Amino acid sequence: MKYQKYPKLRLAFLISLAFFALMPLLYTIVNSFSDGSAYALIPSRLSLQGYWEVLLRRPHYLKKFWNSLILCVAIVAGQTAVSCLAGFGFSRFRFPGKDVLFFLVIIVMMMPYQVTLVSNYMILDRMGLVGSWFALVLPAIFSPFGVFLMRQVFDTCPNEFLEAARLDGAGSFRVLFSILIPRSRSGLASLVLLTFIDAWNMVEQPLVYLNDPYEYPLSVFLSQMNQGNVGVLCTCGVLAAIPVLLLFFYYDEDLADGIALSQIH
Amino acid sequence: MKLHTKSALTGAAFVLPFLAGFALFYLIPFVWSIRYTFTKGPGGLYFVGLENYQDIFQSAAFRLAVGNTFRFILIGVPLLMALSFGIALLLAEKFRGAGFFRSVFLYPLVIPAASTVVVIQAFFAESGILNQLFQWLHLPIQEWLHSPHAFSILIGLYIWKNCGYNLILFLAGLNAIPRDYREAAAVEGASSWQITRSITIPLLIPSFFFIFIISIINSFKSFREAYLLGGNFPHESIYMLQHFLNNNFQNLSYNRLSVAALLTFAVIFAMVLLLFQLKRKTEVIL
Repeated sequence: MKYQKYPKLRLAFLISLAFFALMPLLYTIVNSFSDGSAYALIPSRLSLQGYWEVLLRRPHYLKKFWNSLILCVAIVAGQTAVSCLAGFGFSRFRFPGKDVLFFLVIIVMMMPYQVTLVSNYMILDRMGLVGSWFALVLPAIFSPFGVFLMRQVFDTCPNEFLEAARLDGAGSFRVLFSILIPRSRSGLASLVLLTFIDAWNMVEQPLVYLNDPYEYPLSVFLSQMNQGNVGVLCTCGVLAAIPVLLLFFYYDEDLADGIALSQIH
Repeated sequence: MKLHTKSALTGAAFVLPFLAGFALFYLIPFVWSIRYTFTKGPGGLYFVGLENYQDIFQSAAFRLAVGNTFRFILIGVPLLMALSFGIALLLAEKFRGAGFFRSVFLYPLVIPAASTVVVIQAFFAESGILNQLFQWLHLPIQEWLHSPHAFSILIGLYIWKNCGYNLILFLAGLNAIPRDYREAAAVEGASSWQITRSITIPLLIPSFFFIFIISIINSFKSFREAYLLGGNFPHESIYMLQHFLNNNFQNLSYNRLSVAALLTFAVIFAMVLLLFQLKRKTEVIL
């Protein structure tokens, strides 16, 4: 209604912005076929050298890929379980200290990661976990974002559903697993996606907590090889982006819903 | 009364697993590190009062980091908000392809920072694409990433990454405004600019507050890009709080690091509090 007077102008504007937005992805894909001689918009000679190197010749790229994947699956599974339970508790019950606790959840959620770095390190050190994957997985499982999001998601479910189920004699677990969770598929999908992205992209934690570079996930490894063969670099860039992009294509709508729900009301 | 207690216990039981981990990995260590800010020596051996605080305010590196971080927020956040609000206005009316554009603007959010940095290197490195273009045009080539331009590149990266996120939030706010308001105004002969200025923007004020705060918080996340671009010794225009914290971590200066972390915490705490206050005020007005 408002800007309909100039639909072509709008389209042209959006297309040019979209071009900029897509540029890095297009560049990476196109140049993963570079023969690696020099930086160029479009490689002068096409070659599969990057893919051959990364996928076949040197196994350590794929090893890093699997490191990342296992790490992410563990974090996503743990975070989802913990967040669903706690989100339910925050959303549907009253207990002393609840509001203060939830306020703390929001504050910590907004903290840059580095703020808790030292204190986190000290406690993991005392627990003897530094150097193992537990040091990456455990703090991530209890990160407050998931709890915050799941509370917001569960809050949107009308109370009548739950009351009806309770009247029929359903216990709390039953209510959570048979009503709230099935009704919150898109919220849950966005939690999975956002947690996966966060875990997949972690850089600082592995650098600090892991001693053996062999154990590093792909994200760290990629960030350290900034000089080298263009084809190999871009192939790794593609490899690193594939899982998150696949999830994005699949859950794009849910991600948008989840972000919209993460507003503080 | 008894039913009440039982429900409270059930609720607390659901929160308990989270609370245990949250306390162990976040709350308790944080309180610990506050103690660190008043001590010196390994393991917090000597109590030194406010010495670490004085120390850090006199540190040139800390002042540079704080100055850059503020400059980054002051320039980046308004640019990001203006752009994402503009796009949201264009996408708010349903038309074919609106969903496609939304996805295109949102996807940078999921791209690993390390992949992005590869692209930035390709374009802005000394032998990169931009310099090749400059050479071809017979313009002087530059070390973009090791010059004050690094700051602008980082701002661009921040906007590229976060535009879609803000866009979704603005769209949610726009969709919540009843259509009749704008239609009624249009019938009365208001222009689209008048409608935007007098109806849409005032009704979106709560969204603006929230998005403003979230943009600041997200700006702290682009420290990672700054770190990946510049390594431990970045150009001084992108020496951010992150670098200061990282360097002190590597030097094992936990005391200084804790002070800087605590100060960052205080600033963010104040912002969140402000957000809640403003939220309450605007709800009274509306």
